[in-house]
Amino acid sequence: MQTASNQVIPKKPLGKQSELHPPKLVVKRQTDNPKRIAHEHMDRTIPPLSASHPKIVIQDMNFFYGSVQALTNVSMPIPANRVTAFIGPSGCGKSTLLRCLNRLNDLVDGTRIEGKILLEGNDIYDPEVDVTDLRTRIGMVFQKVNPFPKSIWQNVAFGPQLQNVKKRATLDEVVETSLKGAGLWEEVKDRLHTSALSLSGGQQQRLCIARALAVNPDVLLMDEPCSALDPISTGRIEELLHGLKERLTIVIVTHNMQQASRVSDLTGFFLLGELIEFDDTKTIFTNPSERRTEDYITGRFG
Amino acid sequence: MKNVKRFSLKKFLDSGSLFIWLCGGALGISLLMIGGLLMLIMVNGMGYFWPKDLIQFTLNDGTIVLGEWVGSETIPESESVDKPKGHQRIQLKIGNRDLYGLDFRWVDQADIVDESFPADVMAFERREWGNFYGRIKQIQEGESILASDHEQGLTVLFPLLERTNDIQQHIHAIEHDEIGELNHAIEQARLQLRSLELGKEEGGDERVSIEEHVQKLQGLYEIQSAALIALYEKLEHFRITVVDVAGEEKTLSLGTLVKVWSPNRMGIGEKLVMYGENFWTVLSEEPREANTEGGIFPAIFGTVLMVVIMSIAVVPFGVLAAIYLKEYAKQGVVTRMIRIAVNNLAGVPSIVFGVFGLGFFVYAVGGTLDSLFFAESLPNPTFGTGGMLWASLTLALMTVPVVIVATEEGLSAVPREYREGSLGLGATKLEALWRVVLPCAMPGILTGLILAVSRATGEVAPLMLTGVVKLAPSLPVDGFFPFLHLDRKFMHLGFHIYDVGFQSPNVEAAKPMVYVTTFILVLVVILLNMAAIALRTRMRKRYAGSSV
Repeated sequence: MQTASNQVIPKKPLGKQSELHPPKLVVKRQTDNPKRIAHEHMDRTIPPLSASHPKIVIQDMNFFYGSVQALTNVSMPIPANRVTAFIGPSGCGKSTLLRCLNRLNDLVDGTRIEGKILLEGNDIYDPEVDVTDLRTRIGMVFQKVNPFPKSIWQNVAFGPQLQNVKKRATLDEVVETSLKGAGLWEEVKDRLHTSALSLSGGQQQRLCIARALAVNPDVLLMDEPCSALDPISTGRIEELLHGLKERLTIVIVTHNMQQASRVSDLTGFFLLGELIEFDDTKTIFTNPSERRTEDYITGRFG
Repeated sequence: MKNVKRFSLKKFLDSGSLFIWLCGGALGISLLMIGGLLMLIMVNGMGYFWPKDLIQFTLNDGTIVLGEWVGSETIPESESVDKPKGHQRIQLKIGNRDLYGLDFRWVDQADIVDESFPADVMAFERREWGNFYGRIKQIQEGESILASDHEQGLTVLFPLLERTNDIQQHIHAIEHDEIGELNHAIEQARLQLRSLELGKEEGGDERVSIEEHVQKLQGLYEIQSAALIALYEKLEHFRITVVDVAGEEKTLSLGTLVKVWSPNRMGIGEKLVMYGENFWTVLSEEPREANTEGGIFPAIFGTVLMVVIMSIAVVPFGVLAAIYLKEYAKQGVVTRMIRIAVNNLAGVPSIVFGVFGLGFFVYAVGGTLDSLFFAESLPNPTFGTGGMLWASLTLALMTVPVVIVATEEGLSAVPREYREGSLGLGATKLEALWRVVLPCAMPGILTGLILAVSRATGEVAPLMLTGVVKLAPSLPVDGFFPFLHLDRKFMHLGFHIYDVGFQSPNVEAAKPMVYVTTFILVLVVILLNMAAIALRTRMRKRYAGSSV
C-alpha cells in the first residue's frame, strides 16, 4: 500500500527539478488510497533543517483585480519546513498573494494573474492542474474563524470525506491525529459530536487548523489566524506552529510584528503590492537593508 | 418666567416623538384590523357548533313560533312606515323548511306577547330539508305503534336511532366499497375491451373471456343492489311522526334523521360534548344539502393534498433555479433582467396563471397524454381535463418566484468564509454547495416555502379553471391502484367558501357554513405554516451562525 501511495503522489524529493522545464503536474485525487491520510502523519520523514529546498517558488508575479494591479513583480522562494511571514500595512497585497498560493482568488470575478507560482517545480496555474487537488496539498486557515455549523467530528472529517474516505474507523483515526496535531484533542475528546460553534474562539481556530491538517497538506497558509483571538489563544497557536513546521511548510500573514518575529524563520515585507524585502526574520527585524522596512518595523511609517 | 417649560411644536417635531407615534399607530391599527378579522371569523365560525336553546315566541296575532335565536337588528326606516321607529326585530331559525317553505324568519319585537323556553321541544337534524323543531307525536314500526306521545317517544327513539344509523352505515359501506369496487372492475373491463378495439387486434379469445368476466361482475352487482334495496326497505319500516309548535304534523322515515337533541334540557356539560361532536362532524364528514350541511372533509383533504403536491413540485425547481442564478450564472445584465422578470412574475394576477394552466397543462399536456396513454377512455378525458395534478402545478408555477427569491437571499446570507473554508479543503464548488452552503441556506429556503404555501392555500381563481369542483364524487386518494389519482377533480376550502356563500340556494342557512369553512381554512394555513416554521427553527438551531 505504501509504495502505491508513493507512486501516486509525487510529493517527495522534487528539489532538483528543472524550473525551466516544469513537467506537467500529475496530481491524482487521493481517493485512490484513503488509508494514506491516516498513516502519513506518522511515517512522514522529516528532512534535515539544512536542506531547505524551496517548496514554492513565486516568479515575476503580477496580479490584477480588474484594472487595479494588486501585486507587482513579486518573486520569492518559500522554503520547505520553515515558517514564512508576510508583513506590511493593510492593502499591501500580502493576503492577495497568500490566496494566490492555493488559487482561492480564482473565485473572485475579474481577477487576472501573470507570472508563475511553482509548487515543487510545477506551475500551479497550469490549466491541467486539478484545483481541488491542489487545495488539498495547500491547506488554509482563515482570519475569520470559520468552523462549519456541524459537530467537531464532522468538521475535521469534512476534508477526508470529500476524498471518499468512508470507513468510520479510518475517519476516527484521522480526526484524532488531526485534533492532536492541532493541540485540541485533550479539550474536546469527550464531546466530539457536539456543535463546533460551542467551542471558544481560540478552540475554534485550532479546530480550523485540525480541519486543514486532516487532509494532510504539504503547505499551510494562514491568513492572520490570531487577529480575532486573545493573547493566550494566540500563544497556543504560535506554539503549535513551531511543532507543525517539522512536517509542513507554513506561510503566515500577520499584522502583528511581534508575532512575525516570534514564529517565523523568514519574513517578507510588502508595500503597495511590491515585495520590498525578503530575508531571514532576524535580519529583517534587526538589520533591514531597506529604509522603508526599517521605518515600518520601528513604527515610523506614514 | 424663563424657567417655565413651554410646549414647543418645533422641539416636539425635532425630538422625533411624532415619528415614533406614527410608527406605533400604524402597527396598532394593523394589529387591530388583523385581530378584528380573526375575531369575526372565530366568533361566527366557532358559534356554529354550539347547540343553541330553542326559544318560543307567542305573537299578538296568536301565532306561536319556535326556533334558534340568530340575531337582532333595528328595523330599517324604509320598512317601518306603519310602525314606530327604532324598534328591534329578531331573526329566528325556525327550520321545518318542508312545512313553511322558509327556514328563517324575522319577528318584530313589538309583536311578541310572550317568550319562553319550553323544556320538551326537540331539534331533529335531517338528511334533507334542514332541521325540524317540534315534538314527537308517534313512533311506529310497520303497523305497530311503539310510542304515542312525546315522553314515551323519547325513551323509544334513541335505541331505534342507533339501529337506523347502523343500517345507514351499512348502506354507505355497500354503496361506496362493494358497489364502488364492482363499478371500478367493470369500468376497467370496458376499457380493456375498448383498447382491444382500438388496437384492431383479433384477440377473440381474450374478448370472450373479458365479456364473461363482465357478466360475472354484473351478476355480483345485481346481488349487491338487491341487498341495498332490502336495507332501504328496512329503513322505511321505522317511521316517526313529528309535530311542530303550531300543531302541524309530518311523518318521516327514521332513516332520514341524523341526530336528535333537546337543547333546552341539556346542561352546559352535555352541550360542550355535543359541541365537540359537531366540530368533529364538520371535520370528518362529507357535505350534504348543496354543501350547506354536513362536513367539509373532502375540501380540507383536497386543500392539504394540493398544497403538499405543489410544495413537492415547487421546492426543487425554485431551489435549483436560484442556485444556478446565484452561484453559477455570470452576474451581469442578463441575470439582472432575469431577476426583475422573476419578481414581476410574482405580481402577475393569479387568474392569468389559471388561464395559462388551462391552456398549457390541461389542454396541451393533458390532451397529449390522453391521446398517447389513455386513448381507450376517450372521449372521456383523463388528464385532458382539470384535476389535482394540473391545479397543483399551476400553483407551483405561480409560487416559484417566491421560492427563487427567498432561496437567493438565503444563499447570499451564507458567510463567504464557509464557502472558502470548504473550497480550501479541496471541495469542488458542487461539494461546497451541497455540504455546507445549502444546509446553511435551508432556513431561507423554508421561508420561501412558507410564503409559497400561504399564498397557494388561499388561492381560488386559478383553481376554478384547473380542477376544483363544488362536489367531488371521490377523494383523490383511494384503495384502487395507483392509490393517488392526480387526474381527479377535487374540492378546496377556498372554493367551498365561494360556492357555499354565493352559489347556494339557501343563503341564510349557508351563512354559518361560510364562517366555519373560513375558520378552518385559516386554521389549515396556520397549521401548515407552523409545521414549516417548526422545521425552520430546528434548522436554524443546527446551523446557527458562528459565535465569534
